[in-house]
Amino acid sequence: MNAILTHLPFVIAVTVAIAGLAVVLWRRNLIHVLMGMSLVESAVNLFLVALGYRHDAVAPIYTGLRDGGEHVYMVLPTVQALTLTAIVIGLATTAMMLSLVIVIHRHYGTTDVRDVRRLRE
Amino acid sequence: MNTLLAFWSLHTPALAVALPLLGAMLVMLVPAERFPQLRGIVFFLAAALGAFAAINVAGQALADGACTYVFGAGPRIGGGPEATCTTFSGVPIRIYFHIDAAGALMLLVAAITSTAAALYALRSEEGSSGLTAFQPLYLLLVAGVYGMVATGDAFNFFVFLEITSLAGAALAACRIDRGLAAEAGLKYAAISSLGGLSYLVGVGLLLARHDLLNIAALSQAIQGGGPSATDYAALGLMALPLAMKAGTVPMHQWTPDTYSRAPHPVSAFLLISSQASLFGLFRVAFTLFGAPVVSTTSLGAFLAVLAALSMFVGVTMAIPQHDVKRLISHHAVSQTGYMLLGASVALAVLGDAEKTAAFGRDALAGSLFHMMNYAIYNGLLFLAAGAVVWRTGKRNLDDMGGLGRAMPVTMLCFGIGALAIAGIPPMSGFASKWVLYESVFRYSPLLAIVAMVVSLLTLASFVKVFQAMFLGPARKHLSEVKEVPLAMAFPMLLLALATIAIGLFPDVVMQRLLLPAADALLK
Repeated sequence: MNAILTHLPFVIAVTVAIAGLAVVLWRRNLIHVLMGMSLVESAVNLFLVALGYRHDAVAPIYTGLRDGGEHVYMVLPTVQALTLTAIVIGLATTAMMLSLVIVIHRHYGTTDVRDVRRLRE
Repeated sequence: MNTLLAFWSLHTPALAVALPLLGAMLVMLVPAERFPQLRGIVFFLAAALGAFAAINVAGQALADGACTYVFGAGPRIGGGPEATCTTFSGVPIRIYFHIDAAGALMLLVAAITSTAAALYALRSEEGSSGLTAFQPLYLLLVAGVYGMVATGDAFNFFVFLEITSLAGAALAACRIDRGLAAEAGLKYAAISSLGGLSYLVGVGLLLARHDLLNIAALSQAIQGGGPSATDYAALGLMALPLAMKAGTVPMHQWTPDTYSRAPHPVSAFLLISSQASLFGLFRVAFTLFGAPVVSTTSLGAFLAVLAALSMFVGVTMAIPQHDVKRLISHHAVSQTGYMLLGASVALAVLGDAEKTAAFGRDALAGSLFHMMNYAIYNGLLFLAAGAVVWRTGKRNLDDMGGLGRAMPVTMLCFGIGALAIAGIPPMSGFASKWVLYESVFRYSPLLAIVAMVVSLLTLASFVKVFQAMFLGPARKHLSEVKEVPLAMAFPMLLLALATIAIGLFPDVVMQRLLLPAADALLK
């Protein structure tokens, strides 16, 4: 049971990442592509948080420890800090890319990736 | 005054990043329509002060061997990476900047090019739409690049990587240009974002395996215990996106689109942001992994093939181009191939101390030499081509001609850049390519021959461009064209002078800057 609990988050993270990549590669609407990228991003964040997780551990807050003297495990806080940073960065990236899609739609009248390739011409 | 000086000397490494960041915020507070001059002054001061701090740090690092700055409480300078071991269990948790000779070289190059391009931008971007966005984003890009080359923390590198990606994509898109620039920006943003995520997973794997983020401590852990399968997976996940962001084949398609649509001074500095990614690749391959335990032979050979392909594909794509900035952008891919070539040869022979001493070290130094020269002469080419586009309003070579009479200074600067990129003595490009030919030849004569052939093709391509732009009969619709103002000519002349100076005294640069930098990476 514990083994499943430990590995399940990674399995889910990989599944979500593959789903996201599939959307990025095969969807034609730019908005869908960006949704796929958000999926990949969430998968990476899940992966990072899962790295620090122990099912028998408590949140890494020293003052919150009820039995101060006894030996308890804490989940790793470093990855949580990394994830918070990655979420903020991801938000900024997504917002910027969406605004670029709006600009592209205004000028090209489409968000289909097959039509958004005027640079090549 | 004394306290200010003490503050400066204590915090220079942090200030190199903080000043452009602060400037980016400040410049946004000045209304663009009412006080354009004040805005320009704040913008240039922030870029110049950041560059001054970066040069200062580079000088310190070159004099003392390396320069460490620890963020947070406690002693900041000195003590090396060990000073960051502050937890009771001895785990280095604090973020720190570690600038060795190689980082110092990158800081110098970034400082020179960023200041020249900022000075050029003062005039070339004057009064254009989107200036509100341009100035803060440019300063963000500068801060990101300084951070990428200075940091000693694997996750911190990711943060700076994302800052440069965001700022670079937004800058590429900030002219909109009937949607074309937005398309280029979106492409760059999407590719950088996926690449960044891949790098982050790599960092996550290393953190899970070693419980460390500090690059110096990580490299000890990886090289000390012998790398595991996890380490190799992390190497791939970190190295590939960095190679992509540097613009190597087969992941180069974004480069011409992004470089050619960005405002001219940004094209010149986006090169440096790509170089910072390439430098990150060197950091991962040499500093983090490195010789004693990793079998780098196959990775080096693989990268060498990629490098040869980049050189060849870049130049063959460049020859038929008519858009002058797009043409130079394709050459940028080709030149990136040269830099990667030297480094991958060094990587391939890393396990063999004898070969490393015989030519591996020279190959890496040549690679860094070419990075430095390329940043300067390709920046110069973008600025000079940008000057022509700025004056004529044309990007297509077929619409130009006979501009040499009207724009002699621009012609001179473009000519110097073109001779340098083609590797003609006495320009800097010749010196670095010569070091690369010599060292690569001893690894594989075939690769050296490819490099020489590509050099010839580059020359042919630039003869064509030079002829199309500046020579030939004067065109009627270009009769009104004048020379660019001094504010734009001066930064170009500065870069041209640097190109010639490096070409005339390659030995000095090699001994003072490049061999220490190569040794710092090989250590």
